[in-house]
Amino acid sequence: FAFAGHAEPANDTLIIDGSEIITRAAPAAHLDGALTELISGWQFRDTETRAIQMDDFDNPGMIFVDRGIDSWNTADGTDGKSCASCHEGPESMKGLRAVTPRVDAKSGKVMNIESYINDCRTTRMGAEAWGDKAEAMTDMLALISLQSRGELVNVAVDGAAAPIYAQGKEIYYTRYGQLELSCANCHEDNNGNYIRSDHLSQGQTNGFPVYRLKDAKLTSAQGRFVGCVRDTRAETFKIGSDEFNALELYVASRGNGLAVEGVSVRN
Amino acid sequence: MMRQILIGMTVSAFCAGAAVAQVAPEAVAFTEGAVEQSLSGAAGNPEEGKKVFATAGLGNCVACHAAEITKDIPFPGTVGPTLDGAADRWSEAQLRGLVANAKMTFDGTIMPSFYKTSGYIRPGDAYTGKAGTEPLPPVLSAQQVEDVVAYLMTFKE
Ligand code: HEC
Ligand code: HEC
Ligand code: HEC
Repeated sequence: FAFAGHAEPANDTLIIDGSEIITRAAPAAHLDGALTELISGWQFRDTETRAIQMDDFDNPGMIFVDRGIDSWNTADGTDGKSCASCHEGPESMKGLRAVTPRVDAKSGKVMNIESYINDCRTTRMGAEAWGDKAEAMTDMLALISLQSRGELVNVAVDGAAAPIYAQGKEIYYTRYGQLELSCANCHEDNNGNYIRSDHLSQGQTNGFPVYRLKDAKLTSAQGRFVGCVRDTRAETFKIGSDEFNALELYVASRGNGLAVEGVSVRN
Repeated sequence: MMRQILIGMTVSAFCAGAAVAQVAPEAVAFTEGAVEQSLSGAAGNPEEGKKVFATAGLGNCVACHAAEITKDIPFPGTVGPTLDGAADRWSEAQLRGLVANAKMTFDGTIMPSFYKTSGYIRPGDAYTGKAGTEPLPPVLSAQQVEDVVAYLMTFKE
């Protein structure tokens, strides 16, 4: 009878604007064999969804990049400054997306792009912090991520990051909630399987922020974590909490070797 | 503080006067994973059991399992094995145990426990993402477990 069974992800090549974006890679040594190959979530989506991401004119996420440019150039806050006042063009952010989250050696704090943005807004512009899910925030994430499109994720796991990495890893393997499911239960043990109609990916974050067709908006990595934890009938962690910051660093490092997609498209 | 789970103790509440004797989630007696006694004290209804199997807010078994007999329920998942012939492989008591708490049969399985109320890490209030307080209501009621077991008893090859 008609029954999908375990289905291998696609083995397609992601080419945007003539450049290949790496969507399969060998796992970093620190993964210790947990995954045999790294595969971007893009390969797990259907043909149409993959095609939308291959063309920036079709990719709805790119509209938010344009809005991000506007806000980059708009003065805000009591100091009358815009991002451009200090950083010139957004291309000054090239490379950042590939190495964040990272631990600030001085403060010991986990810094993801959201933390940097709000740090500049509150301490350097006299402006209010943007909410974690605010459109202004996800627009800016999209703009900054795009500057690193194609660069290989290379999140540090040693030095100051070591204890954060360990904390994130512990969370990744903990079976939360009334359904007692860990991230690993779904994304490590069962990627390639279907959970109802969803083709389970490795839960990599190299594509974030992602434009979700079903929500018609951008989602940050931690925004996605909230949904995944809630689905285990657990009390979620808050976006920006120490736990989710550590988890974001750890999950990002599981993708070391995959490329930053800029703004990806998922169903 | 962790609540103690009284597995293995039969505290079956044969209350005089009560119409049916329901077994509380904390009182379910597992024998090598199997549960002999009806949890609701009543027989299951396979029609209702099919709803439990197919509905996302209930058992949502179809998220993980397919079978020839369930093929009219669209998009079955593949995380769990196909259930064709489940009733040939397992007794009613074993199936009841599997649904109530599959970890008693398959150590560490990904399959959730549907008739359990405590011992969780960061338990939530159903799918709200907010904190829940143990003992939680079990995912399925005693009768819903019986219904889905009655449905599984029709999985014969
Ligand atoms: C008044 C100057 C100023 C303004 C305005 C400003 N920034 Fe910054 N920004 C800085 C400085 C200085 C640093 C470096 C901080 C450090 O190295 O610790 C920085 C760092 C950053 C970083 C981290 C970059 C890296 O490579 O470490 C990001 C991301 C960033 N800013 C984004 C923004 C955005 C987005 C805006 C506007 C919403 C903005 N900044 C506005 C001065 C500014
Ligand atoms: C009950 C199963 C389940 C659990 C547990 C789960 N997820 Fe997911 N997750 C999904 C599904 C389904 C999707 C959507 C399809 C896909 O990309 O895998 C998804 C998507 C994701 C994505 C998006 C991937 C992409 O390329 O768009 C990330 C990142 C993710 N999950 C991380 C996590 C983390 C971190 C945890 C643990 C805190 C977790 N998930 C726990 C089911 C789960
Ligand atoms: C999150 C995934 C998941 C869900 C949801 C789930 N199961 Fe399972 N189930 C499994 C897995 C995996 C196994 C195999 C046991 C193992 O090796 O871990 C299993 C095993 C079983 C078996 C024994 C398999 C056999 O040999 O026939 C039965 C019967 C069963 N499940 C019934 C159900 C019913 C009924 C429900 C809903 C009330 C349900 N399952 C929900 C994952 C799931």
